[in-house]
Amino acid sequence: MWGYKMFFASLLLLVMGCETDDTQTVATFNTLVWEDNFEVDGTPDSSRWRFDIGDGTEQGIPGWGNDELQYYTDRSENVTVQNGFLLITAKQEDFNGSSFTSARLTTQGLFEQAYGRFEARIRVPFGKGYWPAFFLLGNNCNDNPWPACGEIDIMENVGDEPTIAFGSVHGPGFFGGDSIGKDYELTNDRFDTGFHIFGIEWAPDYINYYVDGNLYQQITPEDIDEETDGQGEWVFDRPFYIILNVAIGGNLPGPPNNETVFPQTMLVDYVRVYQQ
Amino acid sequence: MKIYTYTNLRFILLLGLGFVAFSSCERDFSDEVKFATFSANADIFTDTPVSLTDEFFVSFDPAIGANTEGFGTDDDIAFEGSSSIRIDVPAPDDPNGSFIGGIFLDRGAGRDLTGFDALTFYIKGSTTATIDEVGFGSDFEEDKFAVGLQNIRLSTDWKKVIIPIPDPSKLVQERGMFRFSSGTLSTNGVGFTFWIDELRFENLGTVAQSRPSILGGNDSRFPTTVGQTVTISQLQQTFNLGSGIDQTISVTPSYFSFESSDPNVAFVDELGEVTVAGTGLTEITASIAGVLAEGKLLVESSESAQIVSIFTDLFADIPVDNYNGFFLGQNTKGGLVEESGGQIIRYTELDFVSINFFQNVAPIDITEMTDLRISIRVEESIDPGDFINIQLVNSVGNPDLTSGTFRIEGGDLVPNEWVEFQIPLSSFTGLGARNAIGQLFFVSDGTISNVSIDNIFFSAE
Repeated sequence: MWGYKMFFASLLLLVMGCETDDTQTVATFNTLVWEDNFEVDGTPDSSRWRFDIGDGTEQGIPGWGNDELQYYTDRSENVTVQNGFLLITAKQEDFNGSSFTSARLTTQGLFEQAYGRFEARIRVPFGKGYWPAFFLLGNNCNDNPWPACGEIDIMENVGDEPTIAFGSVHGPGFFGGDSIGKDYELTNDRFDTGFHIFGIEWAPDYINYYVDGNLYQQITPEDIDEETDGQGEWVFDRPFYIILNVAIGGNLPGPPNNETVFPQTMLVDYVRVYQQ
Repeated sequence: MKIYTYTNLRFILLLGLGFVAFSSCERDFSDEVKFATFSANADIFTDTPVSLTDEFFVSFDPAIGANTEGFGTDDDIAFEGSSSIRIDVPAPDDPNGSFIGGIFLDRGAGRDLTGFDALTFYIKGSTTATIDEVGFGSDFEEDKFAVGLQNIRLSTDWKKVIIPIPDPSKLVQERGMFRFSSGTLSTNGVGFTFWIDELRFENLGTVAQSRPSILGGNDSRFPTTVGQTVTISQLQQTFNLGSGIDQTISVTPSYFSFESSDPNVAFVDELGEVTVAGTGLTEITASIAGVLAEGKLLVESSESAQIVSIFTDLFADIPVDNYNGFFLGQNTKGGLVEESGGQIIRYTELDFVSINFFQNVAPIDITEMTDLRISIRVEESIDPGDFINIQLVNSVGNPDLTSGTFRIEGGDLVPNEWVEFQIPLSSFTGLGARNAIGQLFFVSDGTISNVSIDNIFFSAE
């Protein structure tokens, strides 16, 4: 009910054209090559998205490698498109041995690209245990297991830090708690009460991170060298694919507590990819 | 320009608002019509009081024990600038009063707080005590839009306290800038000092995710008859702060909109008082700024409903001796505790325990009643064979004593959730007369140790 109301309020703002101006102006790659604006209600477009299902056991990584608590499904109560938004909803329910359900969408095998500008407009849930993300994985993870295949996290958030989002990279020599990245903190605003634009511009020798109109971080091969005393390797020169998910619990956010509100939904207005 | 009195001005404002609503599509007001607006000054105390009344601090009534001596400012301690508010919390035996508390009032007709979302200040203590309450919206007249935050833990270093405003649009003219009260419950009667600085309203932009609740967030049944009234209690609202922490405040009824699904059965006024007007069923719900509150009141009004209440929020309870007699041979600990702004009964180490109402109070005659209603929440896992026996004892201590027992099986209880029972009195095996019931026992023989009890009453169906 609450989510619906917030959502309606957002729509109203759109119509009235007086929403906060969070269009970004720092990006320079402007040739649109792929997008989903989530314009058709129902199941997400299967030519663009596929689902990861389960608790990771089948994939050989129970808890998806992070002791996460959710079971991913493709049921409409966990993932659907409505009124121009992709909705990923995390629920508290007993399901196939897990206590929570959610969804994880990927473009693996459907859209993969090296370099470019990857951008999405997202509103996240709130509360301890929520771990929403918009990120990229190298398309060779099957043959060259993580972290060797590389991960570019465009947006991650933990629900008990509603004013902070963070961007980072993982690769050989810099992964998990030793990934390389940075927090972006809003002043007088939060990530769960309105939409924000999260993006990167990725070129052979840098990844630039921005939120709304603000560039807040650049990661280069030299940074990886310095941060890892020469042990890390820049693995970001091959096609990567896109992932959108809401995880519950796990090593990073810790488990939900008795104040955490379920169900809650991550809303995605669009995902767009550009080339230079 | 004519100066209106405070009351007239507000009346005219209300009329004006109505006019706007009806005529906004017609044409604009002429330039000569100007609405009065009140000061939007945010500051209450920086290094000095800001635009407060001359007395600065208006104490609670000394006749009820309020100590007027312990309030002042301190030029040696400040979070910022040169001065802070210093409050000395007295010991219970202090001849000047056993607790300290009062309000700060705006010097003028009130302030327009619609542009803010919280009252904030910095606080530190001489020790890590807990102060009872801080808040705003109290003017010692109507206290219409009062808000309270209870049990503020002090640190010996400064920390910021944020009290969300439930619905800023209501506060077009508020005089009650600040309220506090504290005794020494948390320090076992040892007096202590706390300091407050940089007290002001702010628009933080990070106070979000409003979740109002009434009646402790529960769906409460209210069997009743025409003409009865009941006031909706336990009005609260939880916000999530920018730090990610949930902050729950107590809120007066005027922040809520109440709605009855059938006003012919019962209607609610703006103070949350429900008046039962006809027979039938109706559901009373509430909301703040369009957000539906958790919890509702289900009014069941009939010709013949009668109630004898042992322990409820909705009905006048009978007097009892105690909620735990600590009898010889009994291990059960516990009794009344606070929860969600109300009281419940919580027992630990339960083997057997009774609510007693026969020693210094009169036992009750429930001959005309037909059912016992009770809510039980087991606070542990439930194993096969677990049970709670409920036993009623009539004519305690007399030769004609009779008692009856009803067994609730563990399978009918749910861990950590309230389960409501309606048990016919005819199911209390062994109970004869019930004209002088004096004890209500809970017996688990240790199969269930931790349990909360609420909403105990007898009804005639």
